[in-house]
Amino acid sequence: MSVLVFAEHSNSALKSATLNAVTAAVAIGGDVHVLVAGFNAKPAAEAAAKVKGVTKVLLVDDAGYEHLLAETVAPLVVKLAPAYSHVLATATTFGKNFMPRVAAVLDVAQISEIQSVVSADTFVRPIYAGNALATVQSKDAIKVITVRGTGFAAADAEGGSAAIETIEAGPSTDLSHFVGAELSKSERPELTSARIVISGGRGMQSGDNFHLLDAIADKLGAAVGASRAAVDAGFVPNDYQVGQTGKIVAPDLYIAVGISGAIQHLAGMKDSKVIVAINKDEEAPIFQVADYGIVGDLFKLIPELSAELDKVKG
Amino acid sequence: MKVLVAVKRVIDYNVKVRVKADKTGVETANVKMSMNPFDEIAVEEAIRLKEAGIATEIVAVSLGVQQCQETIRTALAMGADRGIHVLTDAELEPLAVAKLLKAVCDKEQPQLVIVGKQAIDDDCSQTGQMLAALLGWSQGTFASKVKIDGSKADVTREVDGGLETVSLKLPAVVTTDLRLNEPRYASLPNIMKAKKKPIDPTTPAELGVDVTPHLVVLKVEEPPKRQGGKKVGSIAELVDKLKNEARVI
Repeated sequence: MSVLVFAEHSNSALKSATLNAVTAAVAIGGDVHVLVAGFNAKPAAEAAAKVKGVTKVLLVDDAGYEHLLAETVAPLVVKLAPAYSHVLATATTFGKNFMPRVAAVLDVAQISEIQSVVSADTFVRPIYAGNALATVQSKDAIKVITVRGTGFAAADAEGGSAAIETIEAGPSTDLSHFVGAELSKSERPELTSARIVISGGRGMQSGDNFHLLDAIADKLGAAVGASRAAVDAGFVPNDYQVGQTGKIVAPDLYIAVGISGAIQHLAGMKDSKVIVAINKDEEAPIFQVADYGIVGDLFKLIPELSAELDKVKG
Repeated sequence: MKVLVAVKRVIDYNVKVRVKADKTGVETANVKMSMNPFDEIAVEEAIRLKEAGIATEIVAVSLGVQQCQETIRTALAMGADRGIHVLTDAELEPLAVAKLLKAVCDKEQPQLVIVGKQAIDDDCSQTGQMLAALLGWSQGTFASKVKIDGSKADVTREVDGGLETVSLKLPAVVTTDLRLNEPRYASLPNIMKAKKKPIDPTTPAELGVDVTPHLVVLKVEEPPKRQGGKKVGSIAELVDKLKNEARVI
């Protein structure tokens, strides 16, 4: 039995979600190989080789993999897959994009967003926005799986010493090409790997008011998120969205500000260790999942919180 | 250009789902069913392409039990031209759905297929990508903008870091994200008109597709409940608890 993990990376470094996927691979058992496909991706491959639990790194370095389009990535993975019992990728917009193509060509099911490994062929995955957990067993010879990062601790980034083997690129296609990207730039930690997340909802009333949350985030080293309502209202960009159809987070501390707590939002954050809710409506469903709720006007409470943090951290 | 949209009948997004006592699934008896919200966005996008003079015909396809016809009727009332219903009582996994849609595409030869990025019941997010792979087509997943230009489509995608734009050679599959458009409500006259629009019935056997599941659902359970509901009286108390009780700051 051996497991292939498709690394999500920036060519210069591994994305943290890859470390969670390695932990899932180790839980499945057998050799754990990490595939780094990219362009000038040697640093990412070297980082992968150091991850504890990884037994081999496959590096394919080619200009054709600069943007990792689904149409070019999938044939590469399909070519490698027959040597493995399991193929894993992160359940991010990256992994979700190409993995179903791999499964379809291999004529196997994809098991999406597993959050735990029961055995080598049995996995638990959330359905209905996490309101139910399904335990599913795969009958396929090759299991194609995406891993929900919040279900697995990050593997140690140090301590491994796997060999790096350079392999050839897969077939190329002209089906699609990359035009451009507008990526959010932030000095703060990534939403999905931050230890603390502070999110705003419709109650924030405007995008400008998010600077109130930014101030708290800077004090706590937190990432800033948002509910779908706040994103739909145009307060903040789509990549802030936490929820069933946005990002799934499980930080040590999640602070929900002006968020009512629709089930679709809860689906994205209810596995957080500690939840704080700040909302003026004491009937808001967010309070039912909050460890600490405080009822009141956020425009008064958030500056107070900021001042109080200065005191205790000062 | 012919556009094909796939529409799934799911438990309405407002319904609080309940797990069955025997752990075989979730309760669907006497539960309100609706079109998957992302598929509504797919139908709306197809209609806008038709209104812009780009699409010439919109075919709405649904797969599943007899009542899926209601979902197709909703799409027809919004503005789709005709329907295809693949009738089956079998539980369809995304791979089976993709194979059935491929068989429909082989017959219909659309230039563009638009589907939701995920169904809100199984949350799989697979069907569009699988269909594109089986057809050997390009794909634009999680789309927030679609621009058709002759033989290609520029699709802006919602990705974790922000937005990404790809250019696809047509034919292609597009999967919809929330901010692609806001679906319209069907007007009463259009609902009446939709009753006269044709729905062609077919079956997996007629399409020559084996829909045998690859996965066995061993059990479906409720997730552990959170013990929330505690309130604090002041920000000072909150910060104190976070620091000294929960020890997270």
